[in-house]
Amino acid sequence: MMRKLPPKDVVIVGLGWTGSIVAYELAEAGLDVTAIERGPWRDTATDYAPNFAQDELRYRIRHELFLRPDQTTFTFRNKMSGTALPIRTWGAFMPPNGVGGGGVHWNGETWRFLPSDFVLKTHLTQRYGAHFLPDDMTIQDWGVTFEELEPHYDRFEYLCGTSGTAGNLQGKIQPGGNPFEGPRSRAYPNPAQQQPFSHTLFAKAAADLGYHPFPQPSGNMSRAYRNPLGVRLGPCTYCGFCEWFGCANYSKASPQTTILPVLVRKPNFQARDNCEVTRINTDSTGKRATGVTFVDTAGIEWEQPADLVILAAYTIFNVQLLLLSGIGAPYDPVANRGVIGRNFTHQTISDVTSFFDRTRFAFNPFIASGSIGMCIDEFNGDNFDHGPHGFVGGGYMGQVQTNGRPIETTPVPPGTPRWGAQWKQAVRDNYQSALKPGTGVHGSMYSYRDVYLDLDPTYRDRFNRPLVRITMDFHENELKQNVFLTDKFADIFRAMGAQQVVKEYRKGPYDITKYQTTHLCGGAIMGNDPGTSALNRYLQSWDVPNLFVMGASAFPQNAGYNPTGTVAALAYWSLDAIRNRYLKSPGPLQHA
Amino acid sequence: MRDMGSSAVRAAAVLAALVAVSSCKLSVAEQPPTAQDFDEIERGRYLTAVADCTACHTDPADTRPFAGGRPVQTPFGTVLAANITPDEQTGIGSWTPEQFDAAVRGGRRPDGKRLYPAMPFLYYAKMSRSDVAAIRAYLLTLAPVHKHVDTNQLPFPFNIRWGMRLWDALYFKPGSFEADPSKPEAWNRGAYLVQGPGHCAACHTPKTWLGADRKDRSLQGYSLQGWFAPDITNDPGRGLGNWSSADLVAYLKTGHNRFSGASGPMAEEVVHSSSRMTDSDLSAIATYLESKPGGTAVSDKPLSTASAVMTAGAAIYEDLCSACHRRDGSGVPYLIPDLSHSASVESREATSMLHVVLEGAQTAATADEPTGPAMPAFGWQLDDAQVAAVTTYLRNSWGHAAPATTAGEVHKARENLEAAQP
Repeated sequence: MMRKLPPKDVVIVGLGWTGSIVAYELAEAGLDVTAIERGPWRDTATDYAPNFAQDELRYRIRHELFLRPDQTTFTFRNKMSGTALPIRTWGAFMPPNGVGGGGVHWNGETWRFLPSDFVLKTHLTQRYGAHFLPDDMTIQDWGVTFEELEPHYDRFEYLCGTSGTAGNLQGKIQPGGNPFEGPRSRAYPNPAQQQPFSHTLFAKAAADLGYHPFPQPSGNMSRAYRNPLGVRLGPCTYCGFCEWFGCANYSKASPQTTILPVLVRKPNFQARDNCEVTRINTDSTGKRATGVTFVDTAGIEWEQPADLVILAAYTIFNVQLLLLSGIGAPYDPVANRGVIGRNFTHQTISDVTSFFDRTRFAFNPFIASGSIGMCIDEFNGDNFDHGPHGFVGGGYMGQVQTNGRPIETTPVPPGTPRWGAQWKQAVRDNYQSALKPGTGVHGSMYSYRDVYLDLDPTYRDRFNRPLVRITMDFHENELKQNVFLTDKFADIFRAMGAQQVVKEYRKGPYDITKYQTTHLCGGAIMGNDPGTSALNRYLQSWDVPNLFVMGASAFPQNAGYNPTGTVAALAYWSLDAIRNRYLKSPGPLQHA
Repeated sequence: MRDMGSSAVRAAAVLAALVAVSSCKLSVAEQPPTAQDFDEIERGRYLTAVADCTACHTDPADTRPFAGGRPVQTPFGTVLAANITPDEQTGIGSWTPEQFDAAVRGGRRPDGKRLYPAMPFLYYAKMSRSDVAAIRAYLLTLAPVHKHVDTNQLPFPFNIRWGMRLWDALYFKPGSFEADPSKPEAWNRGAYLVQGPGHCAACHTPKTWLGADRKDRSLQGYSLQGWFAPDITNDPGRGLGNWSSADLVAYLKTGHNRFSGASGPMAEEVVHSSSRMTDSDLSAIATYLESKPGGTAVSDKPLSTASAVMTAGAAIYEDLCSACHRRDGSGVPYLIPDLSHSASVESREATSMLHVVLEGAQTAATADEPTGPAMPAFGWQLDDAQVAAVTTYLRNSWGHAAPATTAGEVHKARENLEAAQP
């Protein structure tokens, strides 16, 4: 029997970055807010203290901070003709779990997308003609522009204390920054982090080749910082245990280090951890959400009524709740109709490992932070003429080596045995003089008609709900892009003086077992046309106006950057509309 | 008849009312504040915070404000704090103003029995009668909670309340605060707050074996409840001599300053009491404390850095502590305590250090400093000798000098705290 809780003004599904931002803003607006989080509560000193946080086996190899596939998972296939099977060990991406969400274990890479990224379809069509794009590519404009998002990017960067060097201040190109970025209204709140030897060497070689290297914008603090909410962060210690780990030093921007200390003081905010939302409830018209149903760890089902429902879970879980709740038309790739599940994307990542003369180079790769790195943006988005190359999209690239951890980061030259005395000797010989950037080429993935999410016909979760089925493969456009970018990237390592450069192109078919990034995007996308988007330009459901869906699930396609800055900017953009317009007159904020 | 009768009643009523009004006028000074006296109730609310009544009288496990029941540890055993909500049967609802005043300032219950000095009536005795009356006026506005608390949980022979008669005769000197006319007004206000409602000496002044304050060492630090309440005199070594008035005000108001963060019982004090005080009262406290001389000069010489224990301590510090506290111990202002300028590090006894290292500590989170950073526990990781080494290293680095901590002391602290074993 379902038990019913007293109604709330707002219920938020998921208490990660977006959930925390939404909860804070709406509690500030005076609303009674409850957030429901599937995973546990987490805090710095108790859950990832400095005397055990830097445990590579526990966190990196055994996935301590992530969702357990036993609790729920997805099925996967490359082609629509294939049969999808459940993912039983995470590989290509890492679904977060617990309070703070991906904000706990991210690297802190805090990018803004390019102005042209938000009007991608229009921009590319105007520059290259419609025929230049593959027939089955389904890219769209976002319905929101960079200029509209700029104040919200700024807000997030100041919340986080982002460390970086501005490249374009109010239209004026700045030395040392990214000259391709959209104009920013003010400088980063903190100067860029210091860069280790290999990163500066990369920057010098890139500059010699005529590129414009700049430090990667970082959510790791370059100095002590107090954010506008009064919460304090300490300077990063460059420990090299950032992505996959929680920060033990209060040095990485996360909900725990920027928002939650203030949020938990608010009497009109409540959080339920270890509770999994199973459904969004709607009234008999299906046009109005009445709240959500969740299940606690005892297996008891509860109804939480609310006037406003905000989905702020990980990409696929947002989509799953919409599909299971019958909100919005499910996407049908054959007819190319419907909106829930369409334009699902990931990323096109590749790397280059390079080996230097060990008598001349000692890189000390263990000196690192999560978003350390010197990057170039010459080959991102539409920053270069794609005409001669026959593909669209791109990505930033850089020496962004974030660690020298002993299990993961032991590069050895090709041909070395995979174990035994020779392998050990090769590790010893190369540890200090080899470079392995991690995600060196951070390429975009654009959307296609046959890359999508739907409900699996066979496999079900512990509540007997169908799992989400992922249908995804790389398309020729992305593979071409990756060869082009990886070659350019390798040239820079050669210019640095590497003796051997090993290119690890991203190849098809898409491999669900190989980690790329956790940047799954799309499936419940924003736009101006209810025929091709689940949400309007304010992230409001076209079908159920008191439902907003936050997160990267709203991206119509993925750009060549890490998504968190844009996820947060979109949340602030949507919240601005909710606070200033929706609350005064609840209803659709945009008419089709 | 009926008419006459009713007019007679009316006349009597009018007469009674007149008498009541006139008697009210006559004795206005002694009349307790009523529910209409907003200003008195508000003053009482403020003084209730200054006196930190909630620290003992609100049980975190109950959360109904002032309903009592929180165990208060004393060197002689446990006392449960009383229910001070205005419930008629189990609280203070039926107490007269005189009975309330006698309890708060005289340590006597309405039935004539003595209160144990876990209730700091020794200090509250210095409060003015009108301040105590204001506290009562405020408490009477709260929701009454019907909850019987059996306050006396002490073992024999301390559970015999009449024993307190002797104690009171020895140590309790009723009498209100006497201002020193030669001192500025702020100093006198600070002295009143520190000695009276703030009852700082309850924790910060060393005690005799019978639990009475050692007047000769006022506010020079004392171990209780597994913590060392540090020296808060102006002593430059072990006291607050290096803190400016602004540092002290920031600490009391926000729980944090450029050197330190309040943790343990002091974090509770900041959250419930001093963060709710006015800036002028906090500066008055600073003015008074800055005038308190420290004890005799510290004669300890720092241990040689070459000694085995210091070498081991330095290695542990480098490995486990320096990421947050920095290699030079300077920490991060308002976030990570500066160990090179810490009274707790150099205090006479290492009690607080051992507590923090073994069990970790959560600092105060306040409206002005909401972060509330915490120190993780190391008790599960470091054995007694290792804890002794790292605390000895800290107490003898960066200008500090203190006797070495022994593994035996760590062992005892670990037992007392029931902290984890490595």
